Amino acid sequence: MTNHWVDIRNADVILVMGGNAAEAHPVGFRWVTEAKEHNNAQLMVVDPRFTRTASVADFYAPIRTGTDIAFLGGLIRYLIDTDQIQREYVLNYTDAALLVDEGFGFEDGLFDNYDAESRSYDKEHWVYQTDEDGFALRDDTLENPRCVYRLLRAHFDAYTPDMVSSICGTPVDKIMRVWETLASTATPDRTTTLLYALGWTQHSLGSQIIRTAGMVQLLLGNIGLRGGGVNALRGHSNIQGLTDLGLLSNQLTGYIAAPVDDEQDLDTFLTARRRAPLQPGQVSYWQNADAFFVSLMKAWYGDNARAHNQWCYDWLPKLDKPLYDILDTFERMSKGEIYGYFCQGFNPLAAIPNKAKVSRSLAKLRYLVSIDPLNTETAEFWRNAGEYNDVDPSEIQTEVFRLPALSFAEDEGSTVNSARWLQWHYAAASGPGEARADTHILGALFTRVRELYARDGGAFPDPILGMAWNYKQPDEPSPEELAREYNGRAISDVYLDGQLVRRMGEQLAGFGELRDDGSTASGCWIFAGSWTEAGNQMANRDNADPYGIGQTLGWAWSWPANRRILYNRASAKLDGTPWSERKSLVWWDSVQRRWTGADIPDFPVDSAPTRGQMPFIMNPEGVGKLFASQGMAEGPFPTHYEPLESPVPEGNLLFPRNDKVRYNPAARVFAQDLEMMGTWEEYPYAATTYRLTEHFHYWTKHVHLNAIVQPEQFVEIGEALGNELGIKEGDWVRVSSKRGYIRAVAVVTKRIKAITVGDRIVHQVGIPIHWGFLGLARKGFLANTLTPFVGDANTQTPEFKSFLVNVEKDTSGGRT
Amino acid sequence: MSNPQNILRRSATTTTPPQGRHEVEPVAKLIDVSRCIGCKACQVACMEWNDVRDEVGINGGTYNNPTDLTENSWTVMRFTEHENEQGDLEWLIRKDGCMHCADPGCLTACPAPGAIVQYANGIVDFDSDKCIGCGYCVTGCPFDIPRISERDSKSYKCTLCSDRVSVGLEPACVKTCPTGCIEFGSKADMITRAEQRVTELKGRGFAEAGLYDPAGVGGTHVMYVLHHADKPDLYAGLPENPSISPFVSAWKGPAKPIMSAIIGITAFAGFMHYLTKGPKDEPLDEEVFGPEGEDAYLREHTLSAPETEPHEPGRRSDHEPR
Repeated sequence: MTNHWVDIRNADVILVMGGNAAEAHPVGFRWVTEAKEHNNAQLMVVDPRFTRTASVADFYAPIRTGTDIAFLGGLIRYLIDTDQIQREYVLNYTDAALLVDEGFGFEDGLFDNYDAESRSYDKEHWVYQTDEDGFALRDDTLENPRCVYRLLRAHFDAYTPDMVSSICGTPVDKIMRVWETLASTATPDRTTTLLYALGWTQHSLGSQIIRTAGMVQLLLGNIGLRGGGVNALRGHSNIQGLTDLGLLSNQLTGYIAAPVDDEQDLDTFLTARRRAPLQPGQVSYWQNADAFFVSLMKAWYGDNARAHNQWCYDWLPKLDKPLYDILDTFERMSKGEIYGYFCQGFNPLAAIPNKAKVSRSLAKLRYLVSIDPLNTETAEFWRNAGEYNDVDPSEIQTEVFRLPALSFAEDEGSTVNSARWLQWHYAAASGPGEARADTHILGALFTRVRELYARDGGAFPDPILGMAWNYKQPDEPSPEELAREYNGRAISDVYLDGQLVRRMGEQLAGFGELRDDGSTASGCWIFAGSWTEAGNQMANRDNADPYGIGQTLGWAWSWPANRRILYNRASAKLDGTPWSERKSLVWWDSVQRRWTGADIPDFPVDSAPTRGQMPFIMNPEGVGKLFASQGMAEGPFPTHYEPLESPVPEGNLLFPRNDKVRYNPAARVFAQDLEMMGTWEEYPYAATTYRLTEHFHYWTKHVHLNAIVQPEQFVEIGEALGNELGIKEGDWVRVSSKRGYIRAVAVVTKRIKAITVGDRIVHQVGIPIHWGFLGLARKGFLANTLTPFVGDANTQTPEFKSFLVNVEKDTSGGRT
Repeated sequence: MSNPQNILRRSATTTTPPQGRHEVEPVAKLIDVSRCIGCKACQVACMEWNDVRDEVGINGGTYNNPTDLTENSWTVMRFTEHENEQGDLEWLIRKDGCMHCADPGCLTACPAPGAIVQYANGIVDFDSDKCIGCGYCVTGCPFDIPRISERDSKSYKCTLCSDRVSVGLEPACVKTCPTGCIEFGSKADMITRAEQRVTELKGRGFAEAGLYDPAGVGGTHVMYVLHHADKPDLYAGLPENPSISPFVSAWKGPAKPIMSAIIGITAFAGFMHYLTKGPKDEPLDEEVFGPEGEDAYLREHTLSAPETEPHEPGRRSDHEPR
């Protein structure tokens, strides 16, 4: 979230799209309720289904799954054409006025310099025009046809209401109602908050959908203001912590991109991460990348990391491909290229698309380790569970080890919520039997591996033997030791401008104290400030709200630097005064000569407005980016493409003549998986998967109470499709895709309507996940039996939300 | 169990209730249907606090689970898909459970002394120890709430967490509700609160929004804010004008001696049944009606009454009380 949960109450318009906040985040949804009651907020829902969120919304509009870019792209066109943008904000706080390289172009669905063979672009020209100092050229009249604003308008030229309606299946009047309501917040005293979740993420275009939403909010001037923002409601209680700590293969900690093959020396690596300012005088905070990185190396390798050995840079792996993501891993596993596999808090048989492929792949492993508080389908992938898991155990030789772990309630530590709050929690109970904390399991594993390397040597023992591991109990690092390490400390006295700011051994107060000379260590620079000399800030529990706007800075600790609303300097005008009293958040105090207000300024606190530094301090431009430059695989502007499996015979209605742009031209698809994609003729219905409020993923089917309130697998179909197929409420249906089938009870509902796409009626089918062949709920099929093995082109998050199925009345006897 | 000094009425009892209290403010639970998202956290909290568990059931083709109130599920969400005059869909989700009537039909109907009590704060509670499982409370209830357990032949329903309320806590469902759509306090405060909510709903275009606090049962201590207060039946058959059935009123009115005689006769018949057929397995309250054979007989011969009743709630559940 750019903002935070409590801040939702400050919104005037709430758009829930690509998520179902009431269903998946009922506790946080309280703040939507508060916004409606105390701020007279309008709640709008755009979703393929009339959801629980829609049930309490002021307005609902249906949409075909996977077409959100068309809907939001049309909105961008509408905002520009009707001049309903926050002009002063757009001009000063976005890149609208910057001029784009003449070599950048877009035609018939493709950006220039596309290579069909590699399914990728040469991004050389996806940059601004620059002067001799490397600063972007700009045209403040916004008239230059090469300025971002004009190019943006041209890019979405075809996204008329009628075209959007054809693609999305949303009636024009409903589209207009949503657009008009959002446009009402282009004024400086009103804000829209956008709440989304996996309904935007889990598409072959997921990242670009979210980008489009960010662009809308920039045009409306809603980023950095209270009650605004683009707010990801995360799917696990600590998934934000996962990305913060770099548990993705292409990340180090704190969003430092991991080294790649052609960055064999430290200087090349750091130069690419320093990001020189693209406009004069901008903060471009990544200029401090050296300090973040060197401090990380000092945390990992201690005294071994020295300037003369490039801080052990050679010990880091260098990626030979963009991402070792989960789809890539299972692709390689399916070919027998992986020997052993550790699943820590992960149930891939249930959680990865195309269960048949996952199952086949797991069977090729020599060993599989499952670290989990619960028994998982993955740990029992070899067991025949009849129709639900129809495998032959005698043909599977994978040895499975189960290491019982503590659950979150049996463990101490911090979790990072969607709002970037690190909240410390204590164990509520001790774990059962032999269960151990994950850190204990991994600590013991590491020390034993290290012993083996020390005794027997190996191909490259240095990074293992050289790792700093100074915990009181080496096989069981404590949560406090780890948290203090992430925060960081002074290895020797730290000086700033000749002044001693931190004595040797002291905890650092924040990332401003990090140094690139080896005098500081920090395991995750954005967490610096969470455990200082003043103690554990994550355990703070003061909910005082001095300004009465939900800014409780004494409650837990938020990265970065306890700032609660990112880019909050944008809540003030160029001159440092708030855009409006209603939305005031931080402002320039001309007497004290510093930024102040209800939040910690996300900005250099003494940078006077006259200095001209802009609010988006992480961007080299200093402003919000409508033009993504080289950051995205599919291009600097989002484009609507169909899901890999689309129910539209004509393909991409925007570019009907170009079959190359039917689906995302930059999506990575493995050859064998492409063969496992269905067509609309065989599988005519657009399906989507989702979660229910009564369950959490595949865990709570093990819990009696959850099993009682949602006991049995079902699928949802609209009444029109039910009538067509002779299926009534409570009948059993068989839902099949190119990859397999499931059987379940039919919920026949008015909440899913047949929609018209182009000139064809499209039925949508809703498939809740949550059931499997283990647990206390009734046995069911893993929903990912059906889903396609393709991911977002940037993150490789699988496309769980849009695929094709067929539905038939089940004649095989229903409940077993 | 609430403080016995605060009992206002007891079933089938002629002794004067204690008068020592007063200053007890009537309480109410306010359920704002317009804010309910049907998450069922209240169902779970109810099961946890009261330590009751249903079997894991089936999905009957809707979101209603468990599909009906049972002796273990004292509250359930009832989901209704309604298309309004504008053709827009509304998903009406009503938390169903005991309404705690000011004039409780169950208590009026109950023949077992003290099995149903009404506290001065308005809570209508079952003292299961004294329940004979006759099912008259089911007959007497205009909302189709009590359920007779198959296991112990006792009647069960929501207690409004009388045990929590008596020590100053809110009911478990109120405490857990994530959107704050269930509120609890004095009835007067809840009516004021409801007025605020109704005003807001009218401002959002629900011209007929209103409070459901039906006069036919003397008002209730569980009240609803409805977007369509003119059509309570939309909400899974919430009765428009609930009242105690004439059958039950008669039983406690002029016909009481006759009814008592019938009870006596059935008890006698049951006793004969016991002598000829022997006892059933389940232990029952022998002090009131003698051995359980009578009781089983009594239930079989009196439970058919509701089906011939003129006053049926709008849509009775498919599941008859067990």
